[in-house]
Amino acid sequence: MNALVDVHKLSVSYRHGNLAVNQLSLTIAQGETLAIVGESGSGKSTLANAILGLLPDSANISAGELWVDGNNLTHASERQKRSLRGRTIGLVPQDPMVSLNPTLRVGQQIAEALILAKGKRYPGVDADIVELLQQVGIDKPVLRARQYPHELSGGMRQRVLIAIALAGNPRLIIADEPTSALDVTVQRKILDHLQRLVSERGISLLIITHDLGVALDRADRILVMQQGQVVEHGAPRQILGAPQHDYTRALIAAAPAFAKRRPPLARPDPTQPPILQLQNVGKTFALPRVKGEDATFVALEDLSLQVYPGQTLAIVGESGSGKSTALRIALGLEKPSRGRVWFEQQDVTDLSWRDFRPLRQRLQLVQQNPFAALDPRFTVFDSIVEPLVSFGLLKGLALEQAARELISRVHLPVSFLDRLPRELSGGQCQRVAIARALALKPDLLLLDEPVSALDVSVQAHILELLQELQRDMGIAYVLVSHDLSVVANFAHEVLVLRNGRVVEQGSVERIFNRPTSDYTRELIGAIPGQHATASAA
Amino acid sequence: MTILEQNLGLTSPLWQRRSRRQRATAAVLPLLRRPGFSLAVLIVLFSLLAAVAPQWLTSFDPYATAPAVKLTAPNLTHWFGTDELGRDLYTRVVYGSSLSVLAAFLAVGIALLGGLGLGILSGFAGGRIDAVIMRFVDVLLALPGLLLALAIVTAIGFGTVPVAIAVGVGIIPGFARTTRAEVLRVKTLPYVEAARLGGASWGRTLLRHILPNAWGPVAVLATLDFGAAILATAGLSFLGFGAAPPAAEWGTLIANGRHFLITAPWVSLLPGLFLVAVVFSLNHIARTFEEVQR
Repeated sequence: MNALVDVHKLSVSYRHGNLAVNQLSLTIAQGETLAIVGESGSGKSTLANAILGLLPDSANISAGELWVDGNNLTHASERQKRSLRGRTIGLVPQDPMVSLNPTLRVGQQIAEALILAKGKRYPGVDADIVELLQQVGIDKPVLRARQYPHELSGGMRQRVLIAIALAGNPRLIIADEPTSALDVTVQRKILDHLQRLVSERGISLLIITHDLGVALDRADRILVMQQGQVVEHGAPRQILGAPQHDYTRALIAAAPAFAKRRPPLARPDPTQPPILQLQNVGKTFALPRVKGEDATFVALEDLSLQVYPGQTLAIVGESGSGKSTALRIALGLEKPSRGRVWFEQQDVTDLSWRDFRPLRQRLQLVQQNPFAALDPRFTVFDSIVEPLVSFGLLKGLALEQAARELISRVHLPVSFLDRLPRELSGGQCQRVAIARALALKPDLLLLDEPVSALDVSVQAHILELLQELQRDMGIAYVLVSHDLSVVANFAHEVLVLRNGRVVEQGSVERIFNRPTSDYTRELIGAIPGQHATASAA
Repeated sequence: MTILEQNLGLTSPLWQRRSRRQRATAAVLPLLRRPGFSLAVLIVLFSLLAAVAPQWLTSFDPYATAPAVKLTAPNLTHWFGTDELGRDLYTRVVYGSSLSVLAAFLAVGIALLGGLGLGILSGFAGGRIDAVIMRFVDVLLALPGLLLALAIVTAIGFGTVPVAIAVGVGIIPGFARTTRAEVLRVKTLPYVEAARLGGASWGRTLLRHILPNAWGPVAVLATLDFGAAILATAGLSFLGFGAAPPAAEWGTLIANGRHFLITAPWVSLLPGLFLVAVVFSLNHIARTFEEVQR
């Protein structure tokens, strides 16, 4: 058998009768890169866990065979599976924020993997740690090895996880959504790096992702999964050029990078006064005193922006670029160190919480993580009407009527009002959060990465909903995103932030067609799926 | 088909909120199907009933002596046997519930009020207030609970209520710490911010969002400490700080029997076993709730 991994008609079912993987076959040859694409719940992570032998107790392989490197793992013992993990198969897990042990230094965690791979402690382990850190592209490796995970950024943590996966010199690396929690530019760098390391060493790579763009750029072959089954299988060019299955076509349509650029949105009347205006706003945070370091951190410098009624302004930047700070200042959650904030014709910079409260009816926020944005003990009904109750606007039957209207506005069935957040999917949670923000009929909605936690196809639906609401109700949006592709078809104006400074500001067409700064060009280049589009065209 | 269509057509516009009772039954029913949990609930209910209406559970008088039948072994008339004065032990255990359960409720009530208050105050206010309260709690934690209780009882006098107060004060630190940790956790969650931005006052946010979501671990701790409080009051009564002699209380009952351990073991053993059963049931209930929350 030549293939490194050979999965033959594999079925994995959970104890409560749910078939996560259904009659699935695939092979991965040595040195090949395979991408599995599918939405959450399509069974792609279950498949990865099955190959790793890490299925939870509630799941078991009900049919088919699973061969890895000539070993039949279908019903292998834990000892046999453990001998393969690390040495034959390495894993780069999904969330770098929680995948490292917070109480151990980074170096120790890599050492653990090295020692396990060698079978014993050996003298050169420290040198190997530094070498691995260098290979995954971490600067100052000697220093980094002595740091704890919380001292590293998300991108660096992901690199450390790659180093851990490489420690055992595996023949296959499984990357489970390796970069979905990271910024686009970091995402591109890390994937480039991973791919180079893998091709240098002849390691096979299995990328699991919901983003078709990432898969098209990176993989030799692509497998599209839906409800535990392979619906399409082929080379990237073939998948993009001639998709066979409806589901693949839907995925391609949803991926923002392949969406047809819409005709430019109609410019709003320029004579109208702006609804929100930031004038030369700056924000400086005091840092805990450490010798030899700055005592302050400049989060924002000299930011000016205007939002006009019915218009969308997008603020784009990496994490740490100050875009969330800008949003919090606009909301009155933080006071700017310099500059003024105007809401309509009123200076709101120095308003106290109590004085700001009446304005909250006009200005609402949709948060980043839809699961954490809803109180787990509140039913959807309670969550949606909460602002109305807080302001004491409606009661009793009128309140129920308002809830029914709001929930149908975001295209959810009325019966969902009785559900709890844990009974909803991520996209549905976000719809509820949007309904809650709409309850007070605001004129301006601040959207803090509203879709970054969602699958690509769900993203498309949420953005569509937001656009529809803007058309119907004339709400102005401020959209904060790290992803330019999300912005492309959604915003009127774009503002690119980097390290608290405005890099570029202008209309969408100008930013995308004639970017003036290198950084903007880099951001546009980082949108996944461009290589594939270019080569297919 | 028509019925289905009618239903669909009727129910969707006429949607009604599910009542609290419907939701509570939906949550509790599957728990009651577990035999261990149901048994635990029954035992706890029995002791609660005994505390409220002991005369329903026994026909004997707890204080009526009968020297003719002193120290009889358990039989069909005297289920738990009799003590050295011929009083029916089962009756005394049942009548003793009221004092023991009252003491435990008082102790846990004091701990809950004090602990929740301190925990919320220090978690919410933060800064100096937090530091002062937590150092005070550290001092309380440094003293062994029973020793602290002994000191308090000696200071404020003997009897069931002082013992309960002493035990309650002794378990405040644990509640304060747990509450503070939970409040700190919940306070920073996005939905709290969303509620604030939705115009909710701090009071409303605290009562509607922070407290209910911080409440879970505290409630489990309360159920767990309810058993611990019964044990601690029984322990203090055993040492002679509790109820005065003719009154029956679980701790004094056990203490009474220690003179006849060889000749009449049931005098200590059966009240002791009953106490164990109640505490065990409470622990089981607390554990089940903890599991369900996860």
